[in-house]
Amino acid sequence: MISAGEPAPEFTLRNQDGEKVSLSDFRGRKLLIVFYPLDFSPICTDQLSIYQEVKPEIEAEGVTIVGISVDSGFAHKAFQESLGIDIPLLADFEPKGEVARAYGAYVEKFGHANRSLVLVDEEGTVEWVHESPTPLEIPGANLIFDAIAASQSAR
Amino acid sequence: MKMTSDLTSAAVPPPGPEDHRRGAGETLIVYSDLACPHCASAWAEISAREATVVFRHFPVASKHPRAPALHAAAEAAGLQGRFFEMVDSLYADRSHVDDPHLWRRVEELGLDLERFEADRRSDAVAARVRRDFESGIRAGVMATPALFAS
Repeated sequence: MISAGEPAPEFTLRNQDGEKVSLSDFRGRKLLIVFYPLDFSPICTDQLSIYQEVKPEIEAEGVTIVGISVDSGFAHKAFQESLGIDIPLLADFEPKGEVARAYGAYVEKFGHANRSLVLVDEEGTVEWVHESPTPLEIPGANLIFDAIAASQSAR
Repeated sequence: MKMTSDLTSAAVPPPGPEDHRRGAGETLIVYSDLACPHCASAWAEISAREATVVFRHFPVASKHPRAPALHAAAEAAGLQGRFFEMVDSLYADRSHVDDPHLWRRVEELGLDLERFEADRRSDAVAARVRRDFESGIRAGVMATPALFAS
């Protein structure tokens, strides 16, 4: 897994609406990347639903949140609609898992990313990383706010 | 920059005077969503235990769009002393949750409907629900129901 202090690998992926989204689009803002295993798996559903509930608070801290999984944009669109969420979901679909691999979040034996959170600062440097011990463990939203608070107090 | 709400990690708050509590014995704190089917089936089991049950609001609106209205309804019933009766009613019958059905429940519980209607839309009720929700977020609650022994 990538570490704090390293430059965040650049990427360009399509979102749920087929639009290209690049890491560099977020320069000047913090970006929270949520790597998750798969659309429509029960645990991911809970994870993104809860993050959606605190998205206004995350954004109020100057942080944009996006989800990345190996699913296609079409699956992402359906997943977003089924959950009633508007967190942008990026398709790490072809080559499969390339971005997750670049961040060290991909698990070869599963064929998808582990549940990992990466906070990228305004200049594109990794500021904080959380990797779940297993894909079954969901990082609490509180950990995101701990990381944001630590980042603010370090300035 | 100042945080709008502090959602950093914190332990589950111990039961306090403002909590909704029922029963006697060992304390069980439950963060529950009134529109969640898993919570409804767990509620029957939790209620049957010989324990002090502390109910904390944890509506997940994106997943259950009707949840905020139901939590506000329970809180408004609580202002007339019938919080747990409304929770029991909502979990016992999850299919009748639109406003006319809520009014019928209010009548069955013998509550003042006019007061209920005003209370459930009040900022104070919304803030009370949100306070529980935020304490759950700070404790790392990521699914409902979430149970904690105290």
